Amino acid sequence: MSSPALWEDTIQPGSSWSLILRRGRELRLEDLDGGANVAAVFYNFDCPVERYNIDTLKAQHAAHLTKRLVLYSDMGRILCSITEDSCGWHDPLGGHNDAAAVLAKYGPSSYQQERNAWHRNTRDNFLTELSRYGLGIRDLPPNVNFFSKIVVGDTGAMEFVPRNSRPGDYVTLRAEMNLLVVLDTGQHPLDPNPLYDPKPVKFAVREAAPVAPDDPCRLSRPENARGFINTERYFL
Amino acid sequence: MIASPVIESPLCPETAVYEKTVLAGEGWIHRIAAGQVFRIVDLEGNQAVDTLFYNADDTSERYSAQDTIVAQRNIYLTTGTTLMSNLRRPMLTITADTCGRHDTLGGACAQESNQVRYAIEKRHMHACRNSFLLAIADPKWNLTKRDVASNINFFMNVPVTPEGRLTFEDGISNPMKYVEMRAEMDVIAVISNCPQLNNPCNGYNPTPIQVLIWNAGA
Repeated sequence: MSSPALWEDTIQPGSSWSLILRRGRELRLEDLDGGANVAAVFYNFDCPVERYNIDTLKAQHAAHLTKRLVLYSDMGRILCSITEDSCGWHDPLGGHNDAAAVLAKYGPSSYQQERNAWHRNTRDNFLTELSRYGLGIRDLPPNVNFFSKIVVGDTGAMEFVPRNSRPGDYVTLRAEMNLLVVLDTGQHPLDPNPLYDPKPVKFAVREAAPVAPDDPCRLSRPENARGFINTERYFL
Repeated sequence: MIASPVIESPLCPETAVYEKTVLAGEGWIHRIAAGQVFRIVDLEGNQAVDTLFYNADDTSERYSAQDTIVAQRNIYLTTGTTLMSNLRRPMLTITADTCGRHDTLGGACAQESNQVRYAIEKRHMHACRNSFLLAIADPKWNLTKRDVASNINFFMNVPVTPEGRLTFEDGISNPMKYVEMRAEMDVIAVISNCPQLNNPCNGYNPTPIQVLIWNAGA
């Protein structure tokens, strides 16, 4: 049974949030309406030059993320583990939209005209969140897109798979380090929907159960067992 | 797995304005002007060449793996690929490629990732990230560890399956295969000629590469 939520809130469509997730706590993201996308980047909050890295893929021979996999930093340590996932596929390849991409795809929009219903973009939202912590564009690593699915064909072509996430689908991330987490609900760059139609995402922070010796993420691969050793040594 | 067609270059090594052999395990950093053509030759075959690019005038703009693969909607790099910056601007265009395909998802080896992938005891082994960090150590480049972004692995074969698996296969490169690209802006190129001994990306035998530069209109 999960512990009571310490904090729950909803990230509005097309909006961003940043938060500190302490080691031993978990963050659950829930796709309220189905079809959501959550672009996310992760940093070691205590030393942000350590951040999410594409080593995540090669260490686990994975081009998608799901339960029992972990997210690696560039320092051979585990930022967070995916302990629950009702969705089954989260995309680490597809990046995020910037202002020009949102304009080209969804047409003009301004705050002056539309107030808080205006079209926002993930790049600007990321940069705005990062600047709150003294970070900037040099610090922006590749992002993960939770709830989105990109399949790669034999020729290398990337294809967006619609309806990957249903209403109520969720993914739970257990922090293995003290994390700065930056989230944005902008649409996936390869989402073929021609309408600006980002979705809301609920998040909840809880105390996580201690990481057991037989933790599924630790045992999922010998690489991850070693990743946990590196991470535990960091906190000695 | 479908390899891209081999595209040869008309340029002759004799007319190059710059030539250097980079030994395995060494780094290389060099400014390349807009319009110049840059070639990397896999002299002995099966050698991974970890490569980063920066806008020479503003290093906060740099090669972006995600922006490059999303722009072309394909994860493999070959002739015709535009290497995109994080500001979604063309940095270089691949104009010739006798290997057929190059990787940008496999990342660079690091002492720490070697620990994770192979054994905790392997931390002492030389790794690409050390070559990157040493190459950029001179403050004149205005680059630090935070700027070491996701790189290209020229000549490396990292197929992704439709089931979402990332696999490391034996190289598809052979001796004297090369890849050539035209700079679309003034760039700083940073190379680590990969020293990895623990997997087949270098055929367990890291070997030298050659880098060549031609002026525009050569």
